Amino acid sequence: MADVKQKPFITIGRQLITPLLAIATAMLITVPIIGFTLNWDWAKVAVTYGGLLDGALFKQYAFANTLVSAIPLMFTGLALALGFRTGVFNIGASGQFLMGATCAVFVGYAIPLPPLIHPLVALIAGAIGGGLWGAIPGFLKARFGSHEVINTIMLNYLAFFLQDWLVKNPMKDPSPTIVRTPEILATAIIPRFYDRLHWGLAIALMAAYGVGWLLSKTTFGFELRTVGSSPEAARYAGMKIGRLTVLSLTLSGALAGLGGAVQILGVDRAMPVLYSSDYGFDAIPVALLGQNQPIGVLLAAVLFGALRNGSDVMQLRSGGAVSKEVIFIVQAVILLFVAAPAIVRWIYRLKLPKSQLETAPLTRGWG
Amino acid sequence: MSASLSPLPALSHPALEAVEITKRFSGVVANDAVSFSLEPGEIHVLLGENGAGKSTLMNILYGLQKPDQGEIWVGGKAVRLDGPKDAIQQGVVMVHQHFMLVPVFTVLENIVLGVEQTRGQWGQLGVLERAKPARQIQALADQLSLQVDLNAKVGELPVGVQQKVEIIKALYRGARILILDEPTAVLTPTEATELFELLRRLTQQGLSIVLITHKLKECLAIADRISVMRQGKMVGTVYPQQASESLLAEMMVGRKVILQVEKPLMQAGAPVLQTRRLVVWDDRHQPAVNGVDLTVCAGEILGIAGVQGNGQTELSEALTGLRSPAQGQIDILGQDQTGASPRQLIEQGLAHVPEDRGKNGIVKTYSLADNAVLCTYYQPPFAKKGLIRPGAIARQATQLIQEFDIRPANPRVLAGSLSGGNQQKLIMARELSRGAKLLIACQPTRGVDIGAIELIHRRIIAARNQGMGVLLISSELDEILALSDRIAVMYQGKVLETLAIAEATRERLGCLMAGMVQS
Ligand SMILES: Nc1ncnc2c1ncn2[C@@H]1O[C@H](COP(=O)(O)OP(=O)(O)O)[C@@H](O)[C@H]1O
Ligand SMILES: [Mg+2]
Repeated sequence: MADVKQKPFITIGRQLITPLLAIATAMLITVPIIGFTLNWDWAKVAVTYGGLLDGALFKQYAFANTLVSAIPLMFTGLALALGFRTGVFNIGASGQFLMGATCAVFVGYAIPLPPLIHPLVALIAGAIGGGLWGAIPGFLKARFGSHEVINTIMLNYLAFFLQDWLVKNPMKDPSPTIVRTPEILATAIIPRFYDRLHWGLAIALMAAYGVGWLLSKTTFGFELRTVGSSPEAARYAGMKIGRLTVLSLTLSGALAGLGGAVQILGVDRAMPVLYSSDYGFDAIPVALLGQNQPIGVLLAAVLFGALRNGSDVMQLRSGGAVSKEVIFIVQAVILLFVAAPAIVRWIYRLKLPKSQLETAPLTRGWG
Repeated sequence: MSASLSPLPALSHPALEAVEITKRFSGVVANDAVSFSLEPGEIHVLLGENGAGKSTLMNILYGLQKPDQGEIWVGGKAVRLDGPKDAIQQGVVMVHQHFMLVPVFTVLENIVLGVEQTRGQWGQLGVLERAKPARQIQALADQLSLQVDLNAKVGELPVGVQQKVEIIKALYRGARILILDEPTAVLTPTEATELFELLRRLTQQGLSIVLITHKLKECLAIADRISVMRQGKMVGTVYPQQASESLLAEMMVGRKVILQVEKPLMQAGAPVLQTRRLVVWDDRHQPAVNGVDLTVCAGEILGIAGVQGNGQTELSEALTGLRSPAQGQIDILGQDQTGASPRQLIEQGLAHVPEDRGKNGIVKTYSLADNAVLCTYYQPPFAKKGLIRPGAIARQATQLIQEFDIRPANPRVLAGSLSGGNQQKLIMARELSRGAKLLIACQPTRGVDIGAIELIHRRIIAARNQGMGVLLISSELDEILALSDRIAVMYQGKVLETLAIAEATRERLGCLMAGMVQS
């Protein structure tokens, strides 16, 4: 609503500067590490970095693949960002993603439906599955005051084991040797439109728009943000804090669950045991790097997708000398920097804009 | 405006002197060729509204900021201060408004922090020497007849005691000149009185003290001399004997200020708020309000006087739906509203200026506009079918900004960047804009500058003249006396007596506040 609009470019510039410096510094830190592993052979170092760029962007279909890797992170990143903006730290995006994927895969293979309707129903099932998985810690927080960080982590474990049991027992595909669910029916598939890139991207963009719209344009979003910024003021203003807490974790979970559904319907099409679990955790730096803004989250997810894909080619081009895990260092440094913007400002002697209060929290954390 | 300035007979050099100090921040001149001198053994009050440049001047004298121009003299010698270390070396110590104590450390540990002595040295590691510093600190405290438990955790002490710890800490570092930045802003009147007694004792031991404040009464009570700053300039220095509240207010604000608000006689109407045998528990399940009967009628102001912590906070929370009462009944506008939610009460016609404005009253990270509709964001014209209408909100904010002279006059500015006075004006504007019938105002002018106090008082009276019923809870007796039609005194959770304003003298109220009922 009537947020800071006076000088849009300066404001945007200020918002960008910390994340950009964090990324640049994180990349710089890898230079001596890679240099060391390659015995300071700068020609090889150049080839290695070239590999990173090629794998992320320039090889044929590289950028499309980068986007494919980014899509699940967009959803979980949005889930985390929505949580942070509304005062909850949802570490349970992994479990919610998994429950969403499980519901979607079930609808996908077990319930025959006409095309278009089928993926739609599967997506809704995914969102409901994730949403319920988020609602539980939300309810526990609102009713008993137990902290969502602990409960979402516990629900992650519950989701892992539940999924494990389901895939090994009732949902197991009877024929093949590997343990996984049956493939979803052809009617349920989210189609690709450019190499592996699928229409899930459009769904992610719509979700981002939806989150932004909900938070900034609706009275419900105003309530959610108020509870996130100052629960005491929200109570004073007559808002129902408990209900809003449940809803914000439910929505956050639904976004993560939707991500799981999209990943199943657009990419994997069947669910093995030990289905990808790190999207929920990578979502934390994605949301923080994106400054909890929908557009920022999308861009941060693309960056993380690019790092993921680029690092494979990087490892290859260095002849295996540089492990692709070097990219974890980049991610860790980025997380460190965006979680503690004061460090970045201190290193680069940036002044805090007067209008921006140091106390404005990205997250209320353990409060 | 000019004020008479006759220097004290120069027996010796001033203890501390600022000569023509100029300090600019991007855009603002915080100090414009300001000169200031502190005589040995005096309490010199530096008075000025928020933003006048008081803290900047003192930060410069403490070496925290470098002046663009000007000189600093200590004991007749020009000095160069590159940091607080240099200032402390010269015996100048500043106690900040926000204490710099470590809450989980004990009093002793806090006092020796940074100058601690160790024994049994292994390289850098050593055992903290406690006994000797403890003796020295105890001696310091005894000398000033301060009772402080050196082994208590600082975080568990009341603010008033924490402040004393800060002062002992300064003395332990060998302070000869003490600078206190708004020390009473966080204190109750009783604590403030205790602090002033302590400061007096310190000057008798030869310390010189600069005390920053924007409160007129306490300034006249404690000062040996008063210097007034306005908009970065030194307006003048006066003796309290020659000064009056209205003179000081005029020097501070730069125009005549009406401290006493005109209050026409009013015929009170029907009751808008009634409580019957109200019992409210505090957080530890003790009855903080214990059987209170109150009536507030339309068109009257009922003042609740009392020392902080006698149940006023819990009473206001119960009346505004933030805390459910344990027993008794609350009627608002003739309807039983016991246990109603804040939203129900707001919609019934309750306006509430909360005690802790930073916590409840505003969302600091929201714009002024969003704060202006914090309680009505969902109602037309601010919202339609669940969608927010920023245009209507901005118009409302602009109007309130104009009516209440809120500065800066920009609806997009974040509320947290406003001064306390302007935050309070914003809250007052919002609450009075809803056509409510009952106003519950808790400490409405705490930590607020004179200009804002004047405006807020006028608005409360105006609301009452238009038939609003007002419950005014304040620990400032002057405020209660200036505004109320009737005064109820709270003591240990009970209303001891309710007096009409005509029979309420300061002495009588003082006795009641201390729990003494005349028979
Ligand atoms: N570090 C700073 N940067 C920019 N402006 C400042 C800074 N410190 C103070 N100011 C400005 O200088 C003026 C005087 O401030 P201050 O000395 O804190 O006033 P006071 O203590 O009298 O309330 C104000 O307009 C304030 O905004
Ligand atoms: Mg100040």
